[in-house]
Parts: sequence; structure tokens; C-alpha cells
Amino acid sequence: MKLYGKFFMIHLKSIMQYKTSFLLSCLGQFLVSFNLFLGIYFMFRRFSQVEGFTYSEVLLCCGITLLEFSLAEAFARGFDTFGSIVSRGEFDRILVRPRNEIFQVLGSRIELSRIGRVLQAIVMFIYGIRASHIHWTLTKAAAVALMLLGGAVVFSGFFVIYASICFFTIEGLEFMNIFTDGAREYGKYPVSIYGKKVLQLCTFVIPYALIQYYPLLYLLDTGEAYYALLPLAACLFMLPCLVLWKIGVRHYVSSGS
Amino acid sequence: MITMQDVCKTYKVSKRDAGFSSAFKALFHKEYELIHALDGVSFTIRDGEMVGYIGPNGAGKSSTIKILSGILTPEEGTCLIDGLTPWKNRIEHVKNIGVVFGQRTQLWWDVPVLDSFELLKEIYRIDAHAYRRNLEQLTDMLGLSGLLQTPTRQLSLGQRMRCEIAASLLHDPKILFLDEPTIGLDAVSKLAVRDFILRLNAEKKTTVILTTHDMQDIEALTSRIILIGRGHILLDGNLTDIKEGFASTDEGLASFYQSHNL
Repeated sequence: MKLYGKFFMIHLKSIMQYKTSFLLSCLGQFLVSFNLFLGIYFMFRRFSQVEGFTYSEVLLCCGITLLEFSLAEAFARGFDTFGSIVSRGEFDRILVRPRNEIFQVLGSRIELSRIGRVLQAIVMFIYGIRASHIHWTLTKAAAVALMLLGGAVVFSGFFVIYASICFFTIEGLEFMNIFTDGAREYGKYPVSIYGKKVLQLCTFVIPYALIQYYPLLYLLDTGEAYYALLPLAACLFMLPCLVLWKIGVRHYVSSGS
Repeated sequence: MITMQDVCKTYKVSKRDAGFSSAFKALFHKEYELIHALDGVSFTIRDGEMVGYIGPNGAGKSSTIKILSGILTPEEGTCLIDGLTPWKNRIEHVKNIGVVFGQRTQLWWDVPVLDSFELLKEIYRIDAHAYRRNLEQLTDMLGLSGLLQTPTRQLSLGQRMRCEIAASLLHDPKILFLDEPTIGLDAVSKLAVRDFILRLNAEKKTTVILTTHDMQDIEALTSRIILIGRGHILLDGNLTDIKEGFASTDEGLASFYQSHNL
């Protein structure tokens, strides 16, 4: 943990060298995410609700998903940009250091400019909370914390899969964006609005619903109590991702020098 | 003690002709060519020895270094370094080695060198006392005072290389791998780096394995050379074996390469 703190400080110091650039990219991140919000806003100018979810509830959902995604992007950025880590020979360097390679990949990229997106997500989140008349309790706050944790883990899992594929090929990886950026886009609405089949798929195969739809129902007092714990189950998604990663590391062929 | 026995490493390289149509064809059907980077390589290096590992481009030098430092896993053969197999006991093994890749930096680009060193201290779990002692010693031997507060990106290549070498030695490794440490350096920096390596080997008994294309490096540093070509060890012996009868080592080496069709 101390080492991670050191990594964090190095990234912070690096960013301090380019303050203007950092502020501008934060602003950019904020504005890009603002689009999401506008999309929902105009949508609800025409319809008062979608599949039983009101404007404020959708905003709450969108805020949480965006927050989950931003956290994963900020802290698991090393896996998201793993192709460049390999081609620049940084992974060779990681392997000659006596620490776990997953930990070092996490430490090698910490994308602090994602704070812009996190802020946008928090704004929507707070607005959603204020408007949705949820009766807040301590357990509900804990449920939100679990959602953030589970969501960050699931999205990170996708980055890990992406990185693992980098060991075998560096072509045609764009399709992975369906699962990451795509999920963020579709994730602004509760998964159930896409129909039963999608909901089942997102429950049992790719655990999107476990970090978004079910715990959301709990927050809105329409779901069972155990729904709040489902994000923990979603964390299990990381296991097969890590297995894939281990296989990838064994197949690693370094780039020439 | 380093022993390598019959190590083979093969790469699959996709190949296609230039041009759009062949690029399009490659989308559906790819042809691969197997490159035998290492084909039965064996050698032994004793503790405290200084060895020059040479060969033409693409001979397998870097592959060997990468196998010895635990980055690559060979298909066949065994390799033991102080009782450990690098690719199986990676974490244990790399605590004892330092690696300098001449063409790549291990320092963080935008922060002062000292910050990178501090991070390495944490990564290698060097205790505070040993860290301070090593840092003082290295600063002195490599002339780093005045450089440590400078961000890496503002250093000249020679300055950076000296910092790179220091960074690889902070944890007191028993073995040091140098992959083209003098590439692109001016005369002064080259001499400084050579002097340092000699002193390191003499004072700390660090085993040094050096790959380079600069024959003067080899002449200045090592008595033993291992020459590799097309994945085979062609010569394991003395510099004089090559130099004999030629005006310079470079000429001797060139004629050696020619006689082996390299």
C-alpha cells in the first residue's frame, strides 16, 4: 500500500509539471460527460418515464455507472493502455522488478485527469439523490459504496481482458470498446429497459446488472434486501480475467530492442 | 554462477509482401515464419566474472539477456542462476540482478531523478541505511551530484545513462546486465561509464554481462567474450582469438562474421 502511495505521488508530481494541460483535460473530461447528461435531459423532455424509471432515478443510475467507470479508468488505466506499455518496452522493465506484475501495471498509469469525469458523475449523482426522494439510511449508503467498488472491479476486469489479449495480438482490439465504452453509454439507463434477454445476459454472463440494476432497485425500495450485496458477487468476474492475464504473461514475447 | 544449457527460443513472425493487396490478404490468411533466435545455447559464467556478449544485429543477444533476466520463457533448455530458474522464480531472482537497457529508460520522465530512486527504494524494499550508503557511493562514483534534482527529460543522454546505471544498482545486485550501455554516448561519457563498470567489478565483485557493438568497450572491460550468431554460440574465449593477425578488433570481427556468413 505504501508503494502504491509512492506511485501515486510520482503521477501527481508529473502532472504538476504540466498544470495547464492537466486542467484542460479535466475540463474536457467534464464536458464530454456532460453530453451524457444532456442526452438524458432531452430524452425526458419528451417522455416522463422509461420503463417505470423517472428522470431523477435514471440520473442517479447514470451518475453511479459513470462514477464506477471513471474510477476504473483512473486506477486501472495501465490495463486500458496496455498495448503502449508493451510496445514501449515498459513491461520488460516491470518484469525485472521484484514485485507482482499486476500491481506494477496498476501503478504505472494513474489517470488523474479523470477527476473531471468523476466530478460530473458526482454532480449527477447528487442531483439524482436530491430529486428521487429516496429515504436514505446507513445501509443504503453502504450499498452505494458496494456498487462503486463492484462496478470499478467489473470495468477493471474488462481492461484486464483487453490487456491479456494484447499478449497475443495487437490488432482488432477495438471490439473490446463495446464492453467498456459501450457499457458506459448503455449503462446510463437501468439495464432492464433493454429487455429481458439483455437483463439475463447482464446478470449471468457479464455482470453489469449486478453493479447497476439490482442494487438500484434496492436503493429505490423496490428490490429485495440481498440485492444490495450483489455487487460483491460481481467482483467474482475478476477471477477469470486474472486467469486469462496469467496465461497471457506466460506467452509474453517482448518487443525488439 | 550462471549456467545455461541447450536453451532454444523461437519467435513466430508474420510476414507479408508490401502493398495494399497483400495487406488485405493478410487479414484473412497469415503466413508465419519461425525465427530461431536461440538454437541450443549453453555457457557458464562464474561469480565476479566480466563477460562481453557480442554478435551481429538479430543474433540473439537481447533474447539471451531477456531470458537470463526472467522476461522471456524459452521453449527448451535449462538455466540456473544462483540456484534459481529466472522465469520460474522471477520475483526471487530479480532481487539479485540489475538490468540496464541502453535504449530505454527506467526513470520516470517528468520527475527529478531522485524521485525515481526513492520509488525504486520502495519497489526493491531497500532499507533506509543501505539505500543512503549506496546512493552516496553511486553519486560519488558516477558524478551524479547536481543531476539528482533534475527531471529526467532535461538530462543529456550521457547524464541519463549514468543515472540509469545508478538506478539499476541501488539494491546491490550480484549480477548486472548491460544491454548496449554506451550506445550514442560521447567520448567523455563512454570513458566514465567504462571506468565505473571496472571499479564496480573490482570493488564489489559484481558479475557483469555486457552486450555491445562497440569493440572498444569490450577491449576496455572484458577478457572473455561469448560470440553468438544466428542463435548459436560461435566462440567462447578471448578477445585475442579474434584480433590475431588484424589491425583492429573491428576488422578481425568483421572477417569472423564474414567467414561464418553472418
